[in-house]
Amino acid sequence: MKVAVVQFPGSNADWDALHTVRDVVGADAWYAFHKSTSLGDADAVVIPGGFSYGDYLRAGAIAGFSPIVASIREFAGRGGPVLGICNGFQILTEMGLLPGALTRNAHLRFECRDIHLRVENDGPFTDMGRGTLLKLPIAHADGRYHTTDEGLAELERHGQVAFRYCTPDGDAPNGSDANPNGSVNDIAGVYNRSKNVLGMMPHPERASEAILGNDHGLSLFQSLRRHLGLQ
Amino acid sequence: MSTPANFPGEPDSSPEIAREFGLSSDEWARVLSTLARQPSYAELGVISVMWSEHCSYKSSRVHLGRLPTTGPQVVQGPGENAGAVDIGDGFCAVFKMESHNHPSYIEPYQGAATGVGGILRDVFTMGARPVASLNSLRFGRPDHPKTAHLLKGVVAGIGGYGNCIGVPTVGGEVQFDPSYDGNILVNAFTVGIAKTDDLFFGVAEGVGNPIIYVGAKTGRDGIHGATMASAEFGEETDSKLPTVQVGDPFMEKLLLEACLEIFATDCLSGVQDMGAAGLTSSSVEMADRAGNGIELDLDAIPRRTKALSPYEMLLSESQERMLMVSKEGREQEVFDICAKWDLDASIVGRVTDTGRFVCKATPGYDPFDGTGAPDPVVVVDLPVDLLTNAAPKYDRPQKSRADAASIVTMTGDAPDDLGEELLTLIGCPNIGSRAWIWRQYDHIVRDGTVIRPGEGDAAVVRVFCQDESGTREKYLAVASDCNGRHVELDPFGGAAMAVAECTRNIVCVGGKPLGLTDCLNFGNPEVPEQMWRFAQAIDGLAAACSALDAPVVSGNVSLYNETDGNAILPTPTVAVVGQLEKPEHRLGLGFTCEGDVIAHLGRPSRGVLGASEWLVQHTGRVTGAPVGIDLDAEAALQRAVLEIARAMLLHSAHDISDGGFAVCLAEACIAHGYGARVALPAAEDAPAHALLFSEEPSRIVVSLPASNVDAVREICARHEVPFREIGNVTGDSLAIEGVCEVPVEALAERHAKALDDIVS
Repeated sequence: MKVAVVQFPGSNADWDALHTVRDVVGADAWYAFHKSTSLGDADAVVIPGGFSYGDYLRAGAIAGFSPIVASIREFAGRGGPVLGICNGFQILTEMGLLPGALTRNAHLRFECRDIHLRVENDGPFTDMGRGTLLKLPIAHADGRYHTTDEGLAELERHGQVAFRYCTPDGDAPNGSDANPNGSVNDIAGVYNRSKNVLGMMPHPERASEAILGNDHGLSLFQSLRRHLGLQ
Repeated sequence: MSTPANFPGEPDSSPEIAREFGLSSDEWARVLSTLARQPSYAELGVISVMWSEHCSYKSSRVHLGRLPTTGPQVVQGPGENAGAVDIGDGFCAVFKMESHNHPSYIEPYQGAATGVGGILRDVFTMGARPVASLNSLRFGRPDHPKTAHLLKGVVAGIGGYGNCIGVPTVGGEVQFDPSYDGNILVNAFTVGIAKTDDLFFGVAEGVGNPIIYVGAKTGRDGIHGATMASAEFGEETDSKLPTVQVGDPFMEKLLLEACLEIFATDCLSGVQDMGAAGLTSSSVEMADRAGNGIELDLDAIPRRTKALSPYEMLLSESQERMLMVSKEGREQEVFDICAKWDLDASIVGRVTDTGRFVCKATPGYDPFDGTGAPDPVVVVDLPVDLLTNAAPKYDRPQKSRADAASIVTMTGDAPDDLGEELLTLIGCPNIGSRAWIWRQYDHIVRDGTVIRPGEGDAAVVRVFCQDESGTREKYLAVASDCNGRHVELDPFGGAAMAVAECTRNIVCVGGKPLGLTDCLNFGNPEVPEQMWRFAQAIDGLAAACSALDAPVVSGNVSLYNETDGNAILPTPTVAVVGQLEKPEHRLGLGFTCEGDVIAHLGRPSRGVLGASEWLVQHTGRVTGAPVGIDLDAEAALQRAVLEIARAMLLHSAHDISDGGFAVCLAEACIAHGYGARVALPAAEDAPAHALLFSEEPSRIVVSLPASNVDAVREICARHEVPFREIGNVTGDSLAIEGVCEVPVEALAERHAKALDDIVS
């Protein structure tokens, strides 16, 4: 498996992504700097977390104008799997590759802690089965997913919701802080319509090794491997 | 020699201006006699800021020499931007702690944020990639009208900067006490990793080499910040807002990446960040370390505002700026890498062999808007030595505290319901959960946090050491500590306890302490009683660092933490970096296994309540007999626990500190929701409440499988450390035999809500 990890100015979980896909998953992985226009011969692209361009204007807004973005669009357009984590999710919505927007957490604070997720739909990164429960960390200030009523109905109708926040037992948060940011319909991650682009606020790349106390995140990368026909 | 030119609009220097800039009349006289002429206005600014307490350490230098700073593991001791200790295979851990107290009180978000930015720069200036940060915070009493605002602002500021730049904030400590009502403390610590052979130093070497300015442009922010940090606060403090700098962590992230890339090309001969006293101190200190001079062309300084005078450019504390000395002919490599990261870089001067700090600028020329044409004249021409070694140095008078002999030995009345007392303690702001704070910090970025905040007595981070032969994973433990109340009662013993608690925290997670950095926060050194506390504390730190093999490799002094004559508790904060041989040696603080044996290591309590949280709550004062510390016993305890941890005989280890034995047990229960049934160990006959809540040091509570008890007992015996089996992990309440029984759920609920009253 060959994976390009995109580096914007201000990306800061680029190492987390590179380390996990290269050293833990065993992929051939490299950084694609934002001033470049090439992703190389990547099988998949990861847009990592961080504060691209310092979150100036809006989180992810300016990154959408970097030279590398045309290559990402082209790669996604021909069905290549793209995973945007945290700031990467924000960038994908700003690029228009994913619907909706991420706004300030309902409690207005940055929050870093473990949360629980339920897998809602199959896709390249989520073949572990609907209803599978995962524990993953979050670390964000702008993770509250929003979209229009029609957009939300579309998402649900087409099975684009990849993950929903839930309690440790898998129950719906029902307004509790099991939904850590106030996202609509408890949405933690969404696919595009053709399901090759996934954006998610939680960090699977920070929970893929036993030494970190949790390797639930590894299942997403293993799913990607299988999707690419690799074992 | 005639006086260099003043700029249009600048007055001639005078005793009045000198006083306004913080110089005493003696110091002004010394300036005149040394120069044998009147200084220019800009020169007076340069001298006053370099002679400020913050930059010159003029009241503390005579004492700091007593600290132990050497050891086989020390790679770099005090005097550079940060210290460094060896972590094996050609790599070192580079670390320092620094205060940002005064700015954080005036503007908590930016004050704290730029404190984090400053300490990060100190570390990456050495060529190290920052891998973890801590912070040690002190606020006034929880119900003081400013406390909530200051706490929220400081925590948001630390998070805002550290989260953005992508260095995990993995721990720290916070204490609330009325002595900090008018002077909060914000001490920030960062550790980074470097190849020992590739460390960079702040030296202006190579006469003729170009001096390159990299990073943010210069504005008027923070002018005379270092002088502000060297004076007491009074009623006019709120008007000092313009002396606070504003941080841009995104700029710092670019600077970090660009610097590490530039360092790797080996095209620099020296580098220093522009911190306190900005361009002045960075260039003067670099020239001083190399025994050279520096000449600056101020017309070339990148700026973001009109009509900056030499005085303003030299004293600005605009953030995210670095000064580099490139090797001759290799400037272009620096410019190319800066361009890649969209950073400004310009040549602003040269290294000279004159031993003088010379600045030139053109009156009436403003490159910002193109007014006039450059035709520079000399505006500053001072001997470097005058600003560094020849700066004033005082052995200020000391006086032991007048009431020292008459400290009331209060023990408080014995309470009826000790379970209720424990619930109150575990839920109070000084002891309860800090999750509200550390959840606002990204404590897991960089995929290395192996023991997270709240999980152990210290944080443990995995660091990736990369060289030609590949990547090695190493494991560092970091902690910071100080309880100013114990230092107030007994400056020597309290300071020694701070070191002991910090190194004890490192061994409790399975690490060996390697080195220490300090941040010495005290009141007005011109008050003999305050100076005495400082000198005593230095001796206490020195004794403990020697006994516990934790040499001081870097540090910072913050004096004048007083408002309207009220000084803070003496607070010599320390942070220790340790290393685990193997990740399997790591230990958390919480009980993990039903049926495990619980044991108490070290001499049990004598029931001395001095300076304890319980006694302060019950008397409203920092009082009682000092608890004292036996450093030989402490060292033996730490050696024993490290050996036991490395033999992997334990399931948990937690030291007894704030709140005493009962709080230690309660925290070990709350962590994973296990109960415990234990006997209360005692060295002497004392009331139960005194044994429960005494904060005597050198005690650790461990849990272990019954099958390991004999092995642990044997190791303790060999180190002459008292070992006592006191009970078991069992049930769903904490039961202390014959004293109290409290459901763990109730303890956990109070613990979780400890900061709610302040922050909600």
